[in-house]
Amino acid sequence: MRKGYDIAVSFVLAVGVWQLVVWATGVPHYILPGPYRVWQSFVFNFPLIMEHAQITIAEVLIGFVIGAALGMTTAMHLMVSPAARRFMLPVMVFSQAVPVFALAPILTLWLGYGIASKIVMAILIIYFPVASNFFDGLRRCDPGLLDLAQTMGASETSTLLRLRLPAALPSLGSGLRLAAVYAPIGAVIGEWVGSSQGLGYLMLLANGRAKIDLMFAALFVLALFTVALHALVGRASKRMTDWSG
Amino acid sequence: MALSTSSPASGLPGVTLQGDFSHQHQVLFRDLELRVEAAEWTCLLGPSGVGKSTLLRLLAGLETGGAFTGTIDTDDHFPLQGRVAYMGQADLLAPWLNIHDNVLLGARLRGSAPDHGRAETLIARVGLADHTAKRPAALSGGMRQRVALARALMEDRPFVLLDEPFAALDAKTRAEMQELAFELLAGRTVLLVTHDPSEAARLGHHILIMTANGLNRHPTPSRPPIRPYDAPETLAAQIALMSQLRSQPDA
Repeated sequence: MRKGYDIAVSFVLAVGVWQLVVWATGVPHYILPGPYRVWQSFVFNFPLIMEHAQITIAEVLIGFVIGAALGMTTAMHLMVSPAARRFMLPVMVFSQAVPVFALAPILTLWLGYGIASKIVMAILIIYFPVASNFFDGLRRCDPGLLDLAQTMGASETSTLLRLRLPAALPSLGSGLRLAAVYAPIGAVIGEWVGSSQGLGYLMLLANGRAKIDLMFAALFVLALFTVALHALVGRASKRMTDWSG
Repeated sequence: MALSTSSPASGLPGVTLQGDFSHQHQVLFRDLELRVEAAEWTCLLGPSGVGKSTLLRLLAGLETGGAFTGTIDTDDHFPLQGRVAYMGQADLLAPWLNIHDNVLLGARLRGSAPDHGRAETLIARVGLADHTAKRPAALSGGMRQRVALARALMEDRPFVLLDEPFAALDAKTRAEMQELAFELLAGRTVLLVTHDPSEAARLGHHILIMTANGLNRHPTPSRPPIRPYDAPETLAAQIALMSQLRSQPDA
């Protein structure tokens, strides 16, 4: 309750500052529209924005599920296979030096203007945070607990599934929360580089036609969705790990 | 009721460890002989870093990071592996499992059928019947260590290795835990590593002091354990142990 109140207050404050800036500077609406103008545009263009939002949301959700699944599988694989740790880990770390954004044009070239290239962008951008956070969690299991499991006659598989995995759930949760914020970035970058639908496309189009109010309206829908996804993932991971402080 | 919290099997074996151990080309001990008598408490004292925990890990079959050459022999000549229960200074409870499931951890990990009834009886035996559905975070340090004791008993192994299990507890809880553990582990072959002379004086059928030159046997009071903490012979043994420890050079 208290938290909802805090959020409402900071929202009103931010909108107030925005409106003040618009008034104080007298900036034209095609450079920076005021909050009311953006709201009007949102209401007027609601069907259009929703049509594009659907596409982006689908890209993000599909990318999130596949990327998270791939990341988790990779982490488990790294945990059980010394060869994977030796040969895959350096490649994974190096791949992080390549900015995913730079890959967007090539992905569009390979996969086309449809949603596939955007889904792959989202997957690429969330794969590493999920894999590395989860792997860290799996690896950092209390050595005393592992010793105990050994004296109890536990197999490697059962130690992984019944000790390391549950102990790593808080770390997996942090990875997934990061992924919830990153996935929309990936999808929108993909849309900017080449697409005919989605919020990223709509923002670029509105920007090009000096409909800055529509651009902001689309941006807010995107931000709202990201916050909602983050909250949902946060709540789900908290429920999974209600035992950890 | 035929609950086996006491003597698991007749003809319980003792265990003897003999050999050398080195870690990164540094000899930790050489020609050492450790004898743990059957169905009795052997207390092992000595300065930190002298290798007490290494001995315990060797007996438990755990990774030591060093090289052991020698033998670990039981009186019945069956391997020690699979017959050892371990309890350490940290309670090592899984924070995501409740007390009942923590006590059943061994069965969970082995994928064998859990004996829920026996778990409940052991939890009641350590005085936690009202807390069985709680998670470890909801319990005090002493209560958590009692859960760890119930979990060790649940394993029902003839050999029990204790690595300073009471060291982190306050004085009153520690004394109570010593009494509870001694009662519940009766009939098992116990090796207790401790830093506390009074603990050894109370609990030990045998008291060993480990130094860089090997193991020295320290005399124990004639009264059998568990000895009252305030009995003159317990106190005398404690004082003698303390002076013995103080006369040792640092490891």
